[in-house]
Amino acid sequence: MRELMSGNEAIARGAWEAGAAIGVAYPGTPSTETMEAFARCDGVYAEWCTNEKVALEVALGASAAGARTLVTMKHVGVNVAADPLFTAAYTGVGGGLVLLAADDPGMYSSQNEQDSRYYGAAAHIPVLDPSDSQEALEMARDAYGLSERFDVPVIIRSTVRVSHTRTPVQPGDRAAAEPASYASDPAKWVMMPAYAKPRRKVQLERIDRLRRWVEECPYNRMEMRDTAVGVVCSGAVYQHVREALPEASVLKLGVTWPLPAGMLNRFADAVAELYVVEEGSRYLAEAVRAAGVQPAAFPSPLPEDGELSPGIVRRALGLPELPHRERPADIPARPPALCAGCPHRLVFRELARLKAIVTGDIGCYTLGALPPLSAMDTCVDMGASVSMAHGFELALAGTDHRPVVAVIGDSTFAHSGLSSLVSTVYNRGAGTVCILDNRTTAMTGRQGNPFNGETLQGRPSTELDLMGLLEALQVPHVREVDPNDAQAVRSALKQAVADEADELSVIVFRSPCVLLHRQRKPFYFVNGSCTGCGVCVSLGCPAIARDAETRIASIDSAQCIGCGQCAQYCNFSAIEQIPASSMPGGAK
Amino acid sequence: MSDTKTILLCGVGGQGTITAAHLLARAALAAGYEVKVSEIHGMAQRGGAVSTVVRFGDEVFSMVCDEGAADAVVSFDAMEALRNLAFLARDGFLLASSETILPTAVACGRAALPPDMEGRLAAEGALLIGSRALAEQAGNAKCENTVLLGALESRLGFGRELWEEVIAAHVPPKTVEANLAAFRAGLDFAAGR
Repeated sequence: MRELMSGNEAIARGAWEAGAAIGVAYPGTPSTETMEAFARCDGVYAEWCTNEKVALEVALGASAAGARTLVTMKHVGVNVAADPLFTAAYTGVGGGLVLLAADDPGMYSSQNEQDSRYYGAAAHIPVLDPSDSQEALEMARDAYGLSERFDVPVIIRSTVRVSHTRTPVQPGDRAAAEPASYASDPAKWVMMPAYAKPRRKVQLERIDRLRRWVEECPYNRMEMRDTAVGVVCSGAVYQHVREALPEASVLKLGVTWPLPAGMLNRFADAVAELYVVEEGSRYLAEAVRAAGVQPAAFPSPLPEDGELSPGIVRRALGLPELPHRERPADIPARPPALCAGCPHRLVFRELARLKAIVTGDIGCYTLGALPPLSAMDTCVDMGASVSMAHGFELALAGTDHRPVVAVIGDSTFAHSGLSSLVSTVYNRGAGTVCILDNRTTAMTGRQGNPFNGETLQGRPSTELDLMGLLEALQVPHVREVDPNDAQAVRSALKQAVADEADELSVIVFRSPCVLLHRQRKPFYFVNGSCTGCGVCVSLGCPAIARDAETRIASIDSAQCIGCGQCAQYCNFSAIEQIPASSMPGGAK
Repeated sequence: MSDTKTILLCGVGGQGTITAAHLLARAALAAGYEVKVSEIHGMAQRGGAVSTVVRFGDEVFSMVCDEGAADAVVSFDAMEALRNLAFLARDGFLLASSETILPTAVACGRAALPPDMEGRLAAEGALLIGSRALAEQAGNAKCENTVLLGALESRLGFGRELWEEVIAAHVPPKTVEANLAAFRAGLDFAAGR
């Protein structure tokens, strides 16, 4: 019986069918559901780690001890995990080790576009590149045998259109995989120069074997149709190519490192014009050239950024596109926004009021950069808020500068903000760090993390004492503040940036994400005292609007959760809460 | 390949476009087709404009929808229907809720709603449906997605029994009745229009 599965679910299923016993990850779109799906499988252990480097090291340890192991992350997570990744390609594995790197061309939920296939090429780790869920399942399943046969981790590289597309899948049974017994082998696992040098030779010999294997492995295939046009492609792009050019011959690459040079040359000889189609990257085109094949130039170049589609492929080849209506020009943008009642909102409102230089970080709260809050100066990578704030303070020291404030979420702080903060304390840095502790990893779907003490499979955990930790670090000024109390937020920030400006302050703003418990208090409404001043709409709450002509505000009772943030800003007592007794169904 | 159908479901993050897409995909699978459903998760969901694509047919390759390629655009929001107008095929079916959630920029007075949205959608041949009201009448405002699927079924022809089995099997047990009523309300509304 076939089931609809996302690519992520299929990868988890494939790992489970291969007998994988341990799964580790740090959540990140578009990879997150993979480990969530794996965690629901029978007979497996799965956990969230504090970051991707930790996850890969846990995975490598489990593999060394003999277990088949799955580790998953988004493309930028591979950057964090790159240190162990490159050397894991020297040590090799014990039990099969498979790493999912989920790329996000088009940047639906990421800070950059990266092509993780370059990591395979750079680290000499084979890369499997599935094009739908069925293939994702089979590749994940077979990757374990491959990993053990070649004694190397295997990367499964997906993109958002593989990870988040549901296609029918034929699931299979779980194979019995007994963990290999562990015996110490320092020459394989202790990568000091004396042992690493011979392992480098092992790696080079393995690369030769892999190059021979890709010529005959079932994942690379020549689909010969009309030979006027031949296309080399992989992953989701294969599906766009088949749609756009149904008659063209295709060399579908299921392994995108290493490339099958012999097969590429045979394919090039068999077609009149050979094109390489790929999105947001020149990885394949460069690799095809390196194999001695010169791809044809497109009549109209492929875009170098963003996603592809069948229409874009046709345009590049000079083929007609579909006729369509014009997109109306007067439709206002609808960017995502912080939820109604979001505990981050007032922190950004007050930071804007302070005219602070705000170094931001990765999470829902990055939305504080958008109008009307408009309270963020930078956002680069996980943990960068804290370290970049220190850099700002260093460069601006001795000048009359705006206050520098870092803003970071609880999960991101655990991921890598903590090591940045240790560095700032060690170097006696100044500035203010706001930890927005909403008790969860909100953006990726409310996962557990060390500061909320929830684990992926509901096992007992230790909730890390954040205040105790900051005290132990000897941060000069530490305080905990309720972020829904506007006055408290304002005075805490003011004290940190004015009175304590020469020393480091950390403010923990603690209040749970509104999506965690979905409690609704009696909602608020706008009474007849509204003057249309607009202060409440400047909070950017999705529940608050104002009339275009009268400027009078209104609150959508269907969206209001009764947080009361807006009422604290109204100077005219025009925002009131309905009595609990008049709540439909009563207050919860 | 030309018999492959492309349905683009659009709306505002949190409205249930993904749930609707899953039901549509299961119905198409039950009707014997190959299916692909392409979703967007993560930051794009937080109240932003979202779209989900369902493609089905004897053979389905790409999972995305180009401009001019959608056999139907099903919009949970009138303004989002206009935003996605270019995706509709020339002879495609445009189905849109007559209501609009105000984007933040409009709510704060930094941008204006486009004028005469209903008139413009009607001029493009749209079937406008008071899906929220029909869902409330069916017993649950959250069943707006099954109202829209009922209206879409008027052009798909999978058959009511097939849909009812799919809905009963895949919505939360407590909401089966309201969802079935909502589906019928949508189907009755659209049939013959």
